[in-house]
Amino acid sequence: MSNDITIALAGNPNAGKTTLFNALTGSRQHVGNYPGVTVETKEGFYAKDGRRCRLVDLPGIYSLSPYSEEEVVARDYLVNERPGVIINIVDASNLERNLYLSCQFMEMGVPMVIALNMVDVAKKRGIVIDHERLSELIGQPVCPIVARSGQGIEQLMATAMAHAMEHGKWRPAKISYGDDLDAVMIDLTKIIEDKHFLTKDYPARWTALKYLEKDDRHLSIGDAADVEVSRQLVEKVEEVAKHLEQTMGTEPDAMIADHRYGFIKSIAKQNVVQRSVDQDRLYTSDRIDRVLTNRFAGPLIMLLILWGLYDFTFTYSALPVAWGEAFFSWLGNLAELYVPDGYFKSMLISGVIDGIGGVLGFVPIIMFMFFGIALLEDSGYLARVAFMMDRIFRIFGLHGSSVMAYIISGGIAGGCAVPGVMATRTLRSPKERMATMLTVPFMNCGAKLPVLALLVGAFFTKNQARYMFLFTLLAWLTALVAAKILRMTVLRGEPTPFVLELPPYRFPTFQGLLIHTWEKTWQYIKKAGTVILGISILLWAMMTFPVLPAGERQHFEEQRQQLMAQSAPALVAELQQEDALSPAALRLRQELLTLDGAEAEAGLRHSLAGRIGMGLEKLSWLPGFDWQTNIALVGGFAAKEVIISTLGTSYSLGAVDPEESDSLGAVLAKDPRWDRVKAMSVIIFVMFYAPCFVTVACIIKESGSWKWGVFSMAFNTSFAFLLSTLVYQLGSRLL
Amino acid sequence: MARILLRKMAKNQTGTIAAVKVGGELGQRIRDMGLVPGTDISIQGRAPLNDPVALRVMGGTLSLRNNEADFIEVEVDDE
Ligand SMILES: Nc1nc2c(ncn2[C@@H]2O[C@H](COP(=O)(O)OP(=O)(O)OP(=O)(O)O)[C@@H](O)[C@H]2O)c(=O)[nH]1
Repeated sequence: MSNDITIALAGNPNAGKTTLFNALTGSRQHVGNYPGVTVETKEGFYAKDGRRCRLVDLPGIYSLSPYSEEEVVARDYLVNERPGVIINIVDASNLERNLYLSCQFMEMGVPMVIALNMVDVAKKRGIVIDHERLSELIGQPVCPIVARSGQGIEQLMATAMAHAMEHGKWRPAKISYGDDLDAVMIDLTKIIEDKHFLTKDYPARWTALKYLEKDDRHLSIGDAADVEVSRQLVEKVEEVAKHLEQTMGTEPDAMIADHRYGFIKSIAKQNVVQRSVDQDRLYTSDRIDRVLTNRFAGPLIMLLILWGLYDFTFTYSALPVAWGEAFFSWLGNLAELYVPDGYFKSMLISGVIDGIGGVLGFVPIIMFMFFGIALLEDSGYLARVAFMMDRIFRIFGLHGSSVMAYIISGGIAGGCAVPGVMATRTLRSPKERMATMLTVPFMNCGAKLPVLALLVGAFFTKNQARYMFLFTLLAWLTALVAAKILRMTVLRGEPTPFVLELPPYRFPTFQGLLIHTWEKTWQYIKKAGTVILGISILLWAMMTFPVLPAGERQHFEEQRQQLMAQSAPALVAELQQEDALSPAALRLRQELLTLDGAEAEAGLRHSLAGRIGMGLEKLSWLPGFDWQTNIALVGGFAAKEVIISTLGTSYSLGAVDPEESDSLGAVLAKDPRWDRVKAMSVIIFVMFYAPCFVTVACIIKESGSWKWGVFSMAFNTSFAFLLSTLVYQLGSRLL
Repeated sequence: MARILLRKMAKNQTGTIAAVKVGGELGQRIRDMGLVPGTDISIQGRAPLNDPVALRVMGGTLSLRNNEADFIEVEVDDE
């Protein structure tokens, strides 16, 4: 096991890394996270002729700069884990740009094999690459492959394994950065070697280069190791930097990048790349772009496509979601029948089964949504969406790619924030991504809709469509403004450079899509599942304990017995049968149910949740909520539709089915404590307060920190509280 | 030949990058993507709201925001 060679896969985004990884490892892979960061890693095994190697998929990157988490992860991995060899996957149809990263690996000196991928695409574009010549010129093995069809990958792996055996040592390549810098590089390298500065982990030339580039991360590693030497190096670098500034008006890092490209271009010119077709010819991809990013047609088509994705996700997942619900309610009934009465039963049904049902209930939605996103991403369209939407989202401190997450979360009413939060993964800019993730829960997800519908129906109008539309607009406005507020406060900072690649359109492979979909879904089940089950049980306990004192329960039981005793025995017997009750029996049953409802209300009021609800009245008079509403809102943290059933219980109706909430609407409409202003205040609060805990669990997981989960609950709740108070106080004064 | 800012270039206009006048993260990103002096580019189009701009660079397509393109000077080819 431990003798297996480790091979790291690295390359630019979109060069086909994932495709190659899947082709090599098949299903023998697992996804994990680097500790402390949200960047994913995948590991798998490849075996051939009795030899086995471990493959590690590094994040897709353009460079080894210290600016993004992905790049730092890739860099640290190479240094700390010392893979036997890296396979650098290079897109042959975009050779020069891709070789820039290869160039940096060469500077580092890691043993490397270049996998020249997409030679089929290059050929179609009339580009032929002489891979032997390329190999000669850069001094690294080069294997042409087509990752998608598997062509050439056995040869690639054989070369990589052989290369790993032969070349244990790191040998940094010497690339020229111009006379001035070359001279300094020699000086710096000499100092570093003499003082053995960081040489245990890093080649001397690499350290010298990073000092020249003023790479903050490497400088701090250097400072930690030996401040003296580090300062000496920095002084030397400053000297040459000043000189460059005066003579050429440039800086060392710019100069280095220019020379890397100079090196690459000179290689490409030495009969490596041959283009048989005029380069300015319009590729198919450009022609598609003429339409899809057209000033007028582009946005329209985008709306249609996004609507289509949304429709696809929520329409097609409806059936499996319903199956899931049916299954869990069947399970609940089973428990109802066969488990002896008591707390265990109640916990099993309301805590465990409902909790797991809640988690798994999202699975079909998540699967469909990720399938749709994978489709848009792999085909290259997602980058166009970002391109077209960026101007608008930038105003709010966001990124063009944010639009996706908002739409899925309920930008078209009825989405879900859980896949929305997960969809922020497509954003590569960390601050923009956090701001998006924290504000997508403001959208009107499918679970808030029944609550809104109930209140709108009871207090405003039976014609709800117009109101729903207004609420959708309000959600967008609020989410964007909140994002702006976040970007000006906790997530303050310069916008992350946009510089975005628009990859050529490609037909995604079905297998690739399925693997993507399954990976993400499984992660959700695994990570969210445990947290959610725990919290679900906790909420159940809060709404159950402490239980009504025996005396009070006795009191209800006596009333029940009394009712039965007053009625004719025949009538009581008739209750046992399900339907075709006589009017008198119906009346009796109704009275019994009313009693049950009253007991449930008393129980809820007595429970911890009830006490919290009443305690909260000290604050909640501001937005005008009574204790019943408070408990319902606490319950709504489990899932927003729970608000309705809890309101039902606390208004003594027993649990109310969210789909048939007319009775509850009628009760509320008649209740003197409710009016339009209060209803509006509650609506606003429900729209914007703490996301449900499934969403919070996802935020924690996606952001990699508890802090953001807690923040989202506190921030959203205060925000909603403020808005509702404003609505209620102003409303009740003006109306 | 005239030297103008990338932002000022018209659709389908071609040219060669003359200078990239920004350092730090933005400068690094711009250079990483191949936008270095000596690289030929052509303007492929602009987003519906005129920003960002899409460029053809060495066989690939990149997009930049206008305020990022402001740091790039281009020697444009004569028509
Ligand atoms: N024609 C052709 N298409 C390929 C080849 N390799 C990959 N592709 C396609 O290129 C697209 C991108 O491939 P991915 O494997 O997702 O690229 P990646 O490097 O993992 O990209 P990121 O996931 O963004 O890091 C997919 O649609 C693949 O099907 C190839 O050799 N030939």
